[in-house]
Amino acid sequence: MEIPRHWRLQKQRYGLVGEICPHCSAKIFPARDVCPECGGEAKEPFRFSGKGSIYSYTVMNNAPVGFERGLPYTIALVKLDEGPTVTAQLTDLGANKVEIGMPVQMVTRRIKEDGDERGMLIYGYKFRPVMG
Amino acid sequence: MAEKEKGSLLLKTIRPVGIVGYGAYIPQYRLPAAEIARVWGQSEKAVPIKEKAVPGLDEDTITIGIEAARNALARADIDPELIRAVWTGSESHPYAVKPSSTIIAEAIGTSPHIQAADLEFACKAGTEAMVMAIGLVGSGMGDFALALGVDTAQGKPGDALEYTAAAGGAAFVIGPAEIALVEIISTYSYVTDTPDFWRRAYQRYPEHGQRFTGEPAYFKHMHTAAQTMMDESGTSAQDYTYAVFHQPNSKFPRSAAKKLGFTDEQIKTGLLSPVIGNTYAGASPVGLTAILDEAQPGDRILMVSYGSGAGSDALDLRVTDRIAERRHAAPTTAEYIARRIEIDYATYTRYRGILQTR
Amino acid sequence: MEKVYIAGIGQTAVGELWKRSLESLSNEAIQGALKEAGKPEVDALYAGNLLASAASSQANLGVKIATNSGLDGIETMTTEAGEASGAAALRLGYLAVRSGYVRTALVVGVEKYTDIVGSSVENVISQTMDYDFEAMQGLTPLGQAGLLMARYLDSYHPPREALGALPILAHANAINNPYAMYRRAISTDAYHKAGLVCDPLNLYDAAPYADGAAALLITSDEKLSQTAEKAPIEITASTSTIDALALHDRPDALAFSAVTISVQKALARAGVSWSEIDLFELWDAYSIFGILSVEACGLAAHGEGWRWLAEDDHSPKGRLPLVTMGGNKARGFPLGAAGVYQAVEAVQQLRGEAGANQVDGAKTAMIQAMGGPASNVITHIFSKL
Repeated sequence: MEIPRHWRLQKQRYGLVGEICPHCSAKIFPARDVCPECGGEAKEPFRFSGKGSIYSYTVMNNAPVGFERGLPYTIALVKLDEGPTVTAQLTDLGANKVEIGMPVQMVTRRIKEDGDERGMLIYGYKFRPVMG
Repeated sequence: MAEKEKGSLLLKTIRPVGIVGYGAYIPQYRLPAAEIARVWGQSEKAVPIKEKAVPGLDEDTITIGIEAARNALARADIDPELIRAVWTGSESHPYAVKPSSTIIAEAIGTSPHIQAADLEFACKAGTEAMVMAIGLVGSGMGDFALALGVDTAQGKPGDALEYTAAAGGAAFVIGPAEIALVEIISTYSYVTDTPDFWRRAYQRYPEHGQRFTGEPAYFKHMHTAAQTMMDESGTSAQDYTYAVFHQPNSKFPRSAAKKLGFTDEQIKTGLLSPVIGNTYAGASPVGLTAILDEAQPGDRILMVSYGSGAGSDALDLRVTDRIAERRHAAPTTAEYIARRIEIDYATYTRYRGILQTR
Repeated sequence: MEKVYIAGIGQTAVGELWKRSLESLSNEAIQGALKEAGKPEVDALYAGNLLASAASSQANLGVKIATNSGLDGIETMTTEAGEASGAAALRLGYLAVRSGYVRTALVVGVEKYTDIVGSSVENVISQTMDYDFEAMQGLTPLGQAGLLMARYLDSYHPPREALGALPILAHANAINNPYAMYRRAISTDAYHKAGLVCDPLNLYDAAPYADGAAALLITSDEKLSQTAEKAPIEITASTSTIDALALHDRPDALAFSAVTISVQKALARAGVSWSEIDLFELWDAYSIFGILSVEACGLAAHGEGWRWLAEDDHSPKGRLPLVTMGGNKARGFPLGAAGVYQAVEAVQQLRGEAGANQVDGAKTAMIQAMGGPASNVITHIFSKL
């Protein structure tokens, strides 16, 4: 069981909470100890809007343990409107044809269970085509 | 300040309270009732609804609740840290022990200084959460509380309820009436010990009392709650622009409405079960969100839930002037319903974990 | 500073070696290298490996390997740098010998990915990524390559089948490598029709994970290098450079900037230019890695790497021979051992022992290994004395 490591990342995963650098105002995701833009110490939380666009994507046909249930699934590099890029699954694709540059929005979904059906449920960000 | 009349059965707050934000979420997958009928060799003509909403592989009561709550917060336009309670009503909480509400609270960014708990009262757990939130804000204990009614209902394969057991939910930010989109005039609840439907511990699917679920259960409680609410308020069906009732299928709410004197025109906006199924704790709450998407200031709304076991909560509501400016801050319920992907029964068994893979 | 020579090489056949253990594979490679060098006294053993801790539940692997091979009382350490673990062991050995603290060392790359089966194989291989923010989304290294190829195709619009040039070359070269896993050619047509494994990546774009061990005997002892059965080879450059672990943390995912830095430093260290490199064992874990690598090396402009690979001759008789013994794609990809296989193959070329794939008059070879998608790039240059 990996309870502690998932627990400490819940805010980041559930709500796409990263940081804003107090020195250079760079928006950072995922959170880290040193700002990648200016090298200053970064620890001010920042909640991202969840809006972004697809930088690249691929379709997974083989999955690690815990992800088999969702096969095949699409993973994308999503460029957030605020700057950083995140790796995330796309969901609710339906008949939408995924394209690089396509606008997407963050939703919080079930990512996997820790171990088997007795393990904790891990929730986190995914992205879907913008509604409407 | 609303004042409780002596001897009245109505629940009224000390401080005027309203709904300051509302939001819904409905998964995009639809299983047509005709498809279920095909699998079980039943008549496609006798099905209770057109189709039901089915959650995707990565959806559950918590994820549905999170999106509905985010929509409610967007319309409320308040800092989530002002919320003082998160209560989630559902009979399909992903954990048997471990609250859904804490996960939803963390996801939407409340502070840790809140009340949080999950509620279970079959299909009325959502409205019970609303009444609790109304009580918390109305007493002055706190300014804002979040109430949710969400379900990913379980229908036993081959059972009559499989046609309707659906997924969806709604969330309401309850707050001071001054900034509300909807004023809460009063509430009233009617509860008895009536075993019409239940699920024992460790059982996968619920059991129900067939025709016993009708007259002594649904109709008795719905009618009593609605009629008492109107009698005590001095109103009749004509005083309401809209009414939304618990909707386990297409027929029950129509019959209940007719008997109470409501027209099809009054109930059609909030009657979603024909196209999304019975979302259990989410049923009348999601119906209310569809009404709020189109209601005009001054419109009066009667909402009555029904939860097996059994009881009904009635809420007397009046739309305020603020509705027009906040309504567009989140997707409408109709937009979620329009986002439709039809699935077959085999896909349904996979999505719902009925198809055993381990 | 001491000069560092390679006085012996050894390798096992690459494949799914169900019956073999980590230490048995290692021993076969070790004995080969020791024998070539006349069984000298060994001071240290540096083992490069990626999966043993997770797939074989074995940490402190170097001790297990050394003990099994009867190398008691020596120094040993195990290096882990993702799929570049073997190259990292070589670099560690190089630093140790060059410093003078160690006179003669064995460098062993070993991988045993078939100790486990099922989906958990994907989990242990996915350890090379950022666990919290890549692997936890269900991504695997194959998926990373898929993301890179999709972006590349979208950015530069090369003909899709042109991306097959490197795998096709690798398979053609592996025919003549007795240690290779796939000793058969693939046609452009077969490449074009191959099933997608990670859209747009197809079956032939990905090197097959495999078991295997390779070993080098390195020494600063000039006399030993001369008395060895084979002509000595000098390691003239060894560099290591990192990029962000996660693809999403890089300003330009297609840049492979660690390759650029690692290669520039290596060329400067060896005092040679590209025109003096006679063969280049580049990192073809995925075809797209090879394309991005040659672009980052400056061999082709950005967006032109596919053309450089497809339109120029890179066979052993060509202008700049690549993956001369089959590369990871066709020799097989024993992950943490692959960097040492590259070294063994470069030594074969420099000694003139590459058989039908011999690069005529090869004097200088560059080898390059990557952990992840160029998250960790280790480049070495070898020269024939």
